[in-house]
Amino acid sequence: MTAKIATREAYGKTLVKLGEKNDQIVVLDADLSKSTKTADFAKVFPKRFINVGIAEQNLMGTAAGLATTGKIPFVSTFAMFATGRAFEQIRNTIAYPKLNVKIAATHAGLTVGEDGASHQTVEDISLMRSIPNMTVIVPSDAVETEAAVIAAAEMTGPVYIRLGRLGVPAVNQDDYHFQWGKAVVLREGTDVLLIGTGIMVDACLQAAESLHSEGISAGVINIHTIKPIDRETIVKMVKTTGAVVTAEEHSVIGGLGSAVAEVLGEEYPAPMKRVGVQDTFGESGNPLDLLNKYGLNAQSIVLAAQEVIKRK
Amino acid sequence: MDRQKIILLEEKAKEIRKDIITMLREAGSGHPGGSLSAADIFSVLYFHEMKIDSQNPHWPERDRFVLSKGHAAPVLYATLAEKGFFPKEDLLTLRKIGSKLQGHPDMRKVPGVEISTGSLGQGLSVANGMALAAKLDGASYRVYALLGDGECQEGQIWEAAMFAAHYKLDNVAAFLDHNGLQIDGRTTDVMSPEPLDEKWRAFGWDVQVIDGHSIPDILSALEHAGRVKGKPSMIIANTIKGKGVSFMEDVAGWHGMAPKAEEAERALAEIDQRRSE
Repeated sequence: MTAKIATREAYGKTLVKLGEKNDQIVVLDADLSKSTKTADFAKVFPKRFINVGIAEQNLMGTAAGLATTGKIPFVSTFAMFATGRAFEQIRNTIAYPKLNVKIAATHAGLTVGEDGASHQTVEDISLMRSIPNMTVIVPSDAVETEAAVIAAAEMTGPVYIRLGRLGVPAVNQDDYHFQWGKAVVLREGTDVLLIGTGIMVDACLQAAESLHSEGISAGVINIHTIKPIDRETIVKMVKTTGAVVTAEEHSVIGGLGSAVAEVLGEEYPAPMKRVGVQDTFGESGNPLDLLNKYGLNAQSIVLAAQEVIKRK
Repeated sequence: MDRQKIILLEEKAKEIRKDIITMLREAGSGHPGGSLSAADIFSVLYFHEMKIDSQNPHWPERDRFVLSKGHAAPVLYATLAEKGFFPKEDLLTLRKIGSKLQGHPDMRKVPGVEISTGSLGQGLSVANGMALAAKLDGASYRVYALLGDGECQEGQIWEAAMFAAHYKLDNVAAFLDHNGLQIDGRTTDVMSPEPLDEKWRAFGWDVQVIDGHSIPDILSALEHAGRVKGKPSMIIANTIKGKGVSFMEDVAGWHGMAPKAEEAERALAEIDQRRSE
């Protein structure tokens, strides 16, 4: 079994590599560097690491100021506080003027675990994708995280990268070629399309195997870039399969499922079901128990797939 | 102190005030009170203090100015036009659809605007980021900012205040437009931010309190601020909202209401008549 690596771990390591290549990279954090792993960068480049303390609004504004001078700030804290507490700062002071700030927020979703509901953001993708000029990327594993962080540094403009606390299995091979804005077709299928993002991509793959043993052919795609979303691939594969299930570690309101529904509703309506947090808050618990309790697992995807196939 | 310089700066402040009135009359909406109260500060910053080049708005070594109280866009626009960043005729397009002169400053549209502002409380954080970049790069440019006193009710201002002192940003000099008014009335009645001087001092800033309409005072304050080491500087400028137009002075209602044609005419005549002290 391959080692499970948290996307936040991959982020921390990639930041160091970026820092070595480009002296304009600076990193900011709000007293969470040991958790977000920006501490890795801080250790090697202490002068280019800026801790603002527990002050997320100031965090974003300071990053914006640095960006106006040509620096490339990577800004980290928990996703709840980055996108919640500092939503308006991101919107008005980073996105509106299109400043080159990369928000890499960790501990997103339910898998932040025992800290509980106050820390478990299930709205962050919804919030960030509703902002104009914002690119939103949700990496599925360590390899994809490294590629996404490098891509974010290379592109111009605001980027939101959603990272997690929990170790996750590899979905991509080491020779994976990441292209932001392009969905990754992991499995072809003809009966139903499973669309996943983040940690739910692996669950989609497991579900596809399960469905296969029932004689159902499920396609699987990984949508790492929620915005701008790859409309073309989605429509093409839904035309082939005729039914779709989306899966995300996020509310069913406003995230991947909603984004896919927007595309299909306009271009190719099809029977659809969204697997995700059903408009509730989370709670304290072991991450894996939580995923099962809130229906964020392969089993839920299988049931959803069977349901949408019936509606074809 | 150079008598000629003072007279020049007072003349510039006069021009800025007239342009504020004219552009607001044309726009039909906007913020005269808090723009007029800052005109003298802008005159000194842009026509004496700051190292800038209107033909080179992106010159890396330039001093930066952040209008944290972004609604005072008219005074910024008037000053930038007077300084030559863009033609004066453009001032008449304020707030019109398609204009680069948006209701609150847009850094992507107007040369000379260093950051988009409008939502209060955010500009000082940005100023700090710019100043920090200078420290990281060993650059000598300075960063100036203008805050509102009502704006000091926003928590983020104090996050930024804490940050600037902690990071010893002695290349930051902020002005506070202490006109005592906000939309719903006197700041001391709505939500008193006082005592502001003690608060800023407690947050680790070097604090001066001056007459915000005295060019010599503003000049001295900046000279002092330029010599402060290891701390950011706060210059609390006691001002009168609507300064220069008698019927606007110290009236909360003129925060966000544009003068009509007849009011504008009276205002311009008054500003013109005002003699240098």
